[in-house]
Amino acid sequence: MGDHHHGPAKGLSRWLFTTNHKDIGTMYLWFSFAMFLLGGTFAMIIRAELFQPGMQLVEPAFFNQMTTLHGLVMVFGAIMPSFVGLANWLIPMMIGAPDMALPRLNNWSFWILPPAFLLLASTLFMEGGAPAAGWTFYAPLSTTYAGPSVTIFIFCIHILGVSSIMGSINIIATVMNMRAPGMSYMKMPLFVWTWLITAFLLVAVMPVLAGAVTMMLMDVHFGTSFFSAAGGGDPVLFQHIFWFFGHPEVYIIILPAFGVVSQIIPAFSRKPLFGYDSMVYATAAIAFLSFIVWAHHMYTVGMPVAGELFFMYATMLIAVPTGVKVFNWITTMWRGALTFETPMLFCIGFLVLFTIGGFTGLMLSIAPADFQYHDSYFVVAHFHYVMVAGAVFSMTAAVYFWLPKWCGKMYNETMGKTHFWISFIAFNVTFFPQHFVGLAGMPRRIPDYSLQFADFNMMSSIGAFVYGASQLLFLYNVIATIVAGKPVSDDKVWDGAEGLEWTVATPAPYHTFEVPPKIDPAHAHF
Amino acid sequence: MTAQTSTAHENYYVPEKSKMAVMATIGLVLSVFGAANVMNDMTFGEPGVSSNSKFIMYTGLAVFGATLFAWFRQAIRENLAGMNSAQLKKSYVLGMGWFIFSEVMFFAAFFGALFYVRNLVGPWLAGEGDGGRMNHLLWEGFQFSWPMMQTPQEAVGGAGSQLIANNGTFTSAHKSMAFAEASAWYLWLPLWNTLILLSSSVTVHIAHMGLLDNNRRKFNLWLGLTVFLGVVFVCLQALEYYEAYAHFGLTLNSGIYGSTFFMLTGFHGFHVLMGTFMLAVQLYRSVRGGHFTANDHFGFEGSSWYWHFVDVVWVFLFLFIYIL
Ligand code: HEM
Ligand SMILES: [Cu+2]
Repeated sequence: MGDHHHGPAKGLSRWLFTTNHKDIGTMYLWFSFAMFLLGGTFAMIIRAELFQPGMQLVEPAFFNQMTTLHGLVMVFGAIMPSFVGLANWLIPMMIGAPDMALPRLNNWSFWILPPAFLLLASTLFMEGGAPAAGWTFYAPLSTTYAGPSVTIFIFCIHILGVSSIMGSINIIATVMNMRAPGMSYMKMPLFVWTWLITAFLLVAVMPVLAGAVTMMLMDVHFGTSFFSAAGGGDPVLFQHIFWFFGHPEVYIIILPAFGVVSQIIPAFSRKPLFGYDSMVYATAAIAFLSFIVWAHHMYTVGMPVAGELFFMYATMLIAVPTGVKVFNWITTMWRGALTFETPMLFCIGFLVLFTIGGFTGLMLSIAPADFQYHDSYFVVAHFHYVMVAGAVFSMTAAVYFWLPKWCGKMYNETMGKTHFWISFIAFNVTFFPQHFVGLAGMPRRIPDYSLQFADFNMMSSIGAFVYGASQLLFLYNVIATIVAGKPVSDDKVWDGAEGLEWTVATPAPYHTFEVPPKIDPAHAHF
Repeated sequence: MTAQTSTAHENYYVPEKSKMAVMATIGLVLSVFGAANVMNDMTFGEPGVSSNSKFIMYTGLAVFGATLFAWFRQAIRENLAGMNSAQLKKSYVLGMGWFIFSEVMFFAAFFGALFYVRNLVGPWLAGEGDGGRMNHLLWEGFQFSWPMMQTPQEAVGGAGSQLIANNGTFTSAHKSMAFAEASAWYLWLPLWNTLILLSSSVTVHIAHMGLLDNNRRKFNLWLGLTVFLGVVFVCLQALEYYEAYAHFGLTLNSGIYGSTFFMLTGFHGFHVLMGTFMLAVQLYRSVRGGHFTANDHFGFEGSSWYWHFVDVVWVFLFLFIYIL
């Protein structure tokens, strides 16, 4: 019992029954990549349909199912689990802990995800098709007009919620309770900080989402009228509850990405992170503000003017701590001994493109202007700049950065850089034109469009196909590294890398820090 | 945090392998898949066509329940075997605390819905303010009051004459749960339920003090009393629901008043049931197994936190559902 010293079990049971944070992290990462490809396939179908005006390939109803599933799978299946995987791998190693605080619960948090997404994907084959009300599944589309697949979908959301809440509780307990002696809060690596705050956000808002889908379930099957005006309820109530979850959710997606970038940029600038303390406070400020801005998604539903104004000013405030972060990253690079390996390239790509996304967010936050932008492709462009170039780019950077530590082998740098440049260019070809068609009035989530949008849409589609294909190069590079990469000789891997995870052997042994490391008190922070 | 010693770290117990997670997954997924299909059969299915949804759901619940039982038993045994360092125990404490916080947020969603409807939507539907401009088009004649004793649908003369699509017929209650409607103050169940639940928070606290004094008899006695009060609460709640359906015309279909009433009290009642069960398990452990000592009793303490939480939720319910 409790013999820590042997390695992993053999065969399938290693993965099914594991309690090891590295195994579980690996499973999360592979699962999220699989979901990335699945969600990507849906996106390819969307872009193929939009390649030219007129109805091309799919029925409108199926198109709606594609936009819905694309959003749901990418948000809940690809981005969120990928960062949980990263948290599993890195947090214990970064704070000098032997494992996550609650290892069995950790395994359960992971294993309920694959069946939930299997169920969700299976709704494609149900009578009436998959849910089609968009990833935001507004009532009454998702209640009055719901088909049987919505019921399955609701329970999937419940399972995802349970998984996120348990995973987050685990992360909070780990960070609060498992730090090596001397690793005080204000010494923790920023990735740990951003995840601690993210986990708090998750525990706070996933239950609210659970409440929202429960009300839907009751409206659909048990005759309640939460979202039905005829009974004294209100469909707009759904939007309020959804976005009370939804806006913090977008920060749940981006905060761990901020953490990753804050680890990688100093490493390739060979300088400590500029403004560590202000980074921590900015993260906390963003998290706080994220609770009081939700109705900027609802400017056009007919809120009282006081509401419009409150949410407008509160939203604009978020730009302040976000700006603090961007300036800190740039200042970290300032006069650093910069080199541009693949992880750094992706981080710089993140910095440039996320900032563009932040600016379009600021445009959208202006309530009167948003009456024009709302539900247009401009919004689509905005959130892909922050979610793809923000979250996905930084996740990709993280994989390149830590992969050598995980598997002890170096990826192919040329292939990595090629992946970056194709991704960077294809991403912009895909999404930059969407700003223009959006401003010119092209609505989102519609399978056909007016002729004047044809050229930009064709560009978008071509960019999307190239971006999609370039991810296969990434997959190939990762597999090739694991199977036949060049072994890494140095435990530190990157000469500028700092932090406890670089002090363990390479590849990282199955169990690390069974005895907590000595923390050098002279070290300001990690 | 600085108090952590390195020995605490060395002893942190990381279980090597466990089948629990996979078993619990199978149970949970079967349960929800079955439940979803039971509901779909009910709403969308052809009447009279039998399906195996119920069987799937019950199988799932059985597997899930059995797994949780085994899981908790194992955790308890590990603790009795002395495998849990002080640091591991703190992980459990943190876990329970944050779990309760997540529950608070779940209730917050329903309370938020209640406040939004009572303060904004109701007046708007009745034509007040900027939001009320559609009143004369859609819900002519609707007057808002709380408890809502006439739905907008009824105000315009029923589902047939309503201008927008909806999910069904919303028939309001003829009598609400408000104090004013009770025939005598001592027949107003929420009052008794409040007294019961508040005193149960006291009894569970006295039990805790007994445990801290190493007084097992006191502990068992007061814990037993708490469990008893919990059971009485659930029974009274069931009686109230029976009254609502049988004599008040208050149902899930009674518009937003019925919706919020049943969802809030229902989820609360379910949590009381869970809490009672948790405390009953602790009682059983103490009586039969002699578990818990003055300085090692997290199973009990966690359950009692949960109990206090359920109590606090009730206070808010009492205020905003029954009184105001
Ligand atoms: C400077 C910070 C930001 C501001 C001021 C901002 C503002 C906004 C506003 C006002 C909208 C609503 C537009 C509309 O529907 O008319 C919006 C949409 C959206 N934003 Fe942002 N945003 C910011 C950053 C982010 C970040 C970091 C993410 C995620 C990583 C994000 C994800 C989204 C998403 C997903 C939507 C679209 C939701 C939907 O309708 O499907 N935003 N943003
Ligand atoms: Cu937002």
